[in-house]
Amino acid sequence: MIELLLTITTLVFAIQAFRTQRLLSAALWLAGVSALLAMLFYLLGAPQVAVIELSVGAGLVTVLFVFAISVAGDEPIAAPSLLPRPVAILLALGAAALVGWLALPVPVAEVVAAERPLAEILWQERGLDMLGQVVIIFCGVLGMLGLLAEARAPLGQAVAAEVVARRERDMHDLQQRALP
Amino acid sequence: MTVVDIGLIGVLGLLGVGFYGLLASRNLIKLIIGLQILGKAAVLGLLVAGNASGQINLSQSLAITVIVADTIVAVIGMALAIQVRRQMNTLDVTELARLRG
Repeated sequence: MIELLLTITTLVFAIQAFRTQRLLSAALWLAGVSALLAMLFYLLGAPQVAVIELSVGAGLVTVLFVFAISVAGDEPIAAPSLLPRPVAILLALGAAALVGWLALPVPVAEVVAAERPLAEILWQERGLDMLGQVVIIFCGVLGMLGLLAEARAPLGQAVAAEVVARRERDMHDLQQRALP
Repeated sequence: MTVVDIGLIGVLGLLGVGFYGLLASRNLIKLIIGLQILGKAAVLGLLVAGNASGQINLSQSLAITVIVADTIVAVIGMALAIQVRRQMNTLDVTELARLRG
């Protein structure tokens, strides 16, 4: 029962993330989705992934979103969306229904008697995946550094105009002082 | 209703919401939020499958990989959004059509 309640609340939070106009509220609704999903993961019998989802999804990604929004600004876009809203809803529902058609009915799998522990699977059977993750993280850090550091932000129009005006005023003062 | 059925409802619902967000929003950061929700749907689907087949540890190890890749995608996406904001002074995706090389 509590699983159903958690699922419905998660979906409401996810819908709210797109209904709200402000980006900051959307990021916080996304953090709520993450926290509720972590509880659902725990109830599904996956405590390790629940902890990672809670710390990475609800913690790190939210902090990154808030940082990005504080840098990029939070003004809503007034123009209408690319697709009319009913068309978008229909397309999204159709896509989800297609996935459901592929997934249902749930096949009954023979239950594996004794499964190997997580650490063994993670480090031995899936060792190549871990190597790939390290490479991905390295590439991510490099990419972010390159994107954020290389292109220095050009001076805004207002700042540039102010600098030019101050310089002309100084030159003018110097000339006034030099003339007499 | 078993846990697996409820989890499947969650997967399909999150997929629908994520697709809708990708289709309907113009803001770059909202597009990244849509990608995040789709990634969460994928992780939930993996764990539901693991629960249904009794191989929860295998699905956990796959889910960890998905979470890491998803986070890196979000980080790079946000760095790109900040750059677009600096260069074009807007976060609107339709403005990107004006980019000429």
